[in-house]
Amino acid sequence: MKLELRGITKRFGTFTANDDIDLTVEPGEIHCLLGENGAGKSTLMNTLFGLYRPDEGQIVIDGTDVHFHDPGDAMDAGIGMVHQHFMLVPVFTVAENVMLGHELTKGGLLDIEAARNQVLELSKLYNLEVDPDALVEDLPVGVQQRVEIIKALVKDAQILILDEPTAVLTPQETDELLEIIRQLKASGRSIVMISHKLREIKAVADRITVIRRGKVVGTALPTDSETDLAAMMVGRAVSLKVDKEEADPKDVVLQIRGLTVRSETGQAMVDSVDLDVRGGEVVCIAGVQGNGQTELTQAILGLQHTVTGSVMLNGEELLGLSTRRVLDSGIGFVPEDRSDDGLVGSFSIAENMILDQYRNEPFAKGVMMKPSVIAAHAEEKAEEFDVRTTGVQLPASSLSGGNQQKVVLARELSKPVVSLFLASQPTRGVDVGAIEFVHKRVIAERDAGVAVLIVSTELDEVAALADRVAVMYSGKIIGIVPPDTPRGVLGLMMAGVPQDAAAHDAAAGADEEGAK
Amino acid sequence: MSNTELLTEATAPVPETNKPRRYWLDQVILYALSFLLALVISGILIAFANPDVRDASQYFFSAPMDTLSAAWTAISEAYKALFSGSVINFSAYTVSDALKPFTETLYTSTSLIFAGLAVALPFRAGLFNIGAQGQLILGAIFAGYVGFTFSMPFPVHLIVAIGAGILGGAIWGGIAGALKSQTGAHEVIVTIMLNWIAIYFLQFLLTKDAFQREGRDDPLSPAVDTAARLPKILGDDYRLNLGFILALLAAGFVWWLLERSTVGFEFRAVGANPNAARTAGINVKRALFSVMAIAGGLAGLAGMNQILGGATEYALGNGIAGEIGFDAITVALLGKSNPIGVVLAGILMGGLRAGGSSMQAATSTPIDIVLVMQSLIVLFIAAPPLVRKIFRLRAPESK
Repeated sequence: MKLELRGITKRFGTFTANDDIDLTVEPGEIHCLLGENGAGKSTLMNTLFGLYRPDEGQIVIDGTDVHFHDPGDAMDAGIGMVHQHFMLVPVFTVAENVMLGHELTKGGLLDIEAARNQVLELSKLYNLEVDPDALVEDLPVGVQQRVEIIKALVKDAQILILDEPTAVLTPQETDELLEIIRQLKASGRSIVMISHKLREIKAVADRITVIRRGKVVGTALPTDSETDLAAMMVGRAVSLKVDKEEADPKDVVLQIRGLTVRSETGQAMVDSVDLDVRGGEVVCIAGVQGNGQTELTQAILGLQHTVTGSVMLNGEELLGLSTRRVLDSGIGFVPEDRSDDGLVGSFSIAENMILDQYRNEPFAKGVMMKPSVIAAHAEEKAEEFDVRTTGVQLPASSLSGGNQQKVVLARELSKPVVSLFLASQPTRGVDVGAIEFVHKRVIAERDAGVAVLIVSTELDEVAALADRVAVMYSGKIIGIVPPDTPRGVLGLMMAGVPQDAAAHDAAAGADEEGAK
Repeated sequence: MSNTELLTEATAPVPETNKPRRYWLDQVILYALSFLLALVISGILIAFANPDVRDASQYFFSAPMDTLSAAWTAISEAYKALFSGSVINFSAYTVSDALKPFTETLYTSTSLIFAGLAVALPFRAGLFNIGAQGQLILGAIFAGYVGFTFSMPFPVHLIVAIGAGILGGAIWGGIAGALKSQTGAHEVIVTIMLNWIAIYFLQFLLTKDAFQREGRDDPLSPAVDTAARLPKILGDDYRLNLGFILALLAAGFVWWLLERSTVGFEFRAVGANPNAARTAGINVKRALFSVMAIAGGLAGLAGMNQILGGATEYALGNGIAGEIGFDAITVALLGKSNPIGVVLAGILMGGLRAGGSSMQAATSTPIDIVLVMQSLIVLFIAAPPLVRKIFRLRAPESK
């Protein structure tokens, strides 16, 4: 099936999200849409999927004009979409989710057996390992995504749109997904993948279309260098490596001793962790999602309940203090899940910029808040951190994900006294141009003598930022290694292999490769 | 339908920069149309309920115009009475008499505004306060007890009684808030139960000597000391009193609290995203407790106004609260939990109440029609797509 978009234009009020976009997807092609957050990639795909109607332009499939009034029409035409945020019913099983909307019946009753077989058949065909009887809420994110893909395949999608499919995945899950995408291509389907992760795009794409500020700025090939791709996407030269001097570590700022966090069921989520972070150094905690990193950062902030051990900031115990006291003692904190923990979506951008500063001068005096000061502050920070918006009084939910993250970073990096900057996934869902900016800011903080602790599942980020890497597995820190440790070793350590053995295994693996 | 076209024009998308103005315009149109629809449907009910119309309809097929003209007379008379009972009485001889209905409207709306604020404020913090009724009763008990038991000079007695009313309501609201924040008990269930406890507590008190009027066996308290009554602000001919001014001040206070104070910032943050609020160092439990205590205080003011404002001849009886605590929910919904909206909604409801009584007296239209009308207005406002469909308005496109 050949898909052509001709001159698609979509406006929201006076804002043009898509401006005269042409795009051709050949049968059996993996076509990547590359662009910054807010460039209009998702709008374009939502238009293609029938969620929006274009103001101008045509959608042409195999030479005939089509008009989609809703996603149902698009699905009937053979287009499937996996959204960034999954559209699954958590309390339904995989099979039930897959049949939802086109339920198979037998004698008036749901034919679950048929749906199960469909799932099994497809998962065998494309290596989409998934248990049809598992409840969706019990499945890890990567598997939920497979369910979404199966949903599209059951409806016989010939063109599959994947909106930032790897944003929520661990490195291993990402590799698996890319393999699945290749297999789908081999079966003759076309894939349109939205992403701003250059490594992945280079790994799977046949062709790349770059979109900037609503317009197609060019096409590229996966053989083009990452620097070229990034420059095309951002519109200027971008350095992908963080320029930084050797760290100059000073006194220990954060001292964690024997920190243990238990879940409600008594399970140790964080298991006697010892860690020091000095002023002027960046320590990255690397690990696969769900190995206790979230609980560790929350424990430092006073957001966890059953915590034992000790967390000292500049010699003062933090455990037992309220979150407010912890924050006021000089910690900048970027939570892992910005929309859930970092922002109040219905609040204005200006209000979000002071979400944990609202009681402090100059934003308030006593109980009186000062809206004009708050607005001026927001204007200034939006400018400084390049938050793309038409006004700071708009709700934060009107921003794209990357810009929301910039709001959180702007807030946490603008605090008066920060002695520790603690960030979980600071660049998740943020595009290359903004990542460069965030990384620079983090290093600038480090150079100003701030202790920086970053939790990241992105090995690229870890390698770029860290002065020391602490690998976390199953609630424990299983080793602290230098940032130039080979990816293979880090990967094995993240899977729980101790440092020495990991280095040995990785070396052996490399030898084998060499022998072939 | 040139009219409809005009309206469609008015709601057509305008540039993004004007979004707030367009939003408000859209809201005003929506409210106006909802009110219009409610008037039309209630009008049909009025016609059906009218005996003349029923008589005429028995020979509808021989003389249909009789039925229609009877219906027209019934509806127009009823609405005329409603209007002259709530806004301006055109048949009055003096200007002051002509304006009296509007002062009655404001008088009737006072308790509704207080209680409406008591529901609207917790809404913004994500809590549904069904307990305005109980909080109001406690406020009335406290204010009344101070009013008829002690003897003090004028402004002091009134101020102490008002303070007691706030305290009574705040205690009742605070209990609900404490249960919610400490145990996680759902505020809807807790406040409903506290309403019943308050009702029976009042019944119990009215059997006790301290609360019973001398020489009476029925549950009725002594009348409040004149020094503790809310003074009338337009002279003795009008019932409108200081309570209405206090209600406006209370609305102003709630607006300031929500939009300009750090406390309100916490309330709104907790209401909109408790996780982010907690992560930002806001004490969510304390916010939940405080917002319910303040709301209770506002409902307590409604109770204070009921007894010190003369709605029940300045005495405490079982009917002191009427349905105000429940109408307050309607007022808060109608006012979109916005203090200014609550004032306007309270005045609208007060007007329907005041006008409804004179409508019943003048045209024998049952006052229940007013309840139907209220419910219809709320129903339409709660369902903008329905109104848009009926008037074929375009929905504002959002990103």
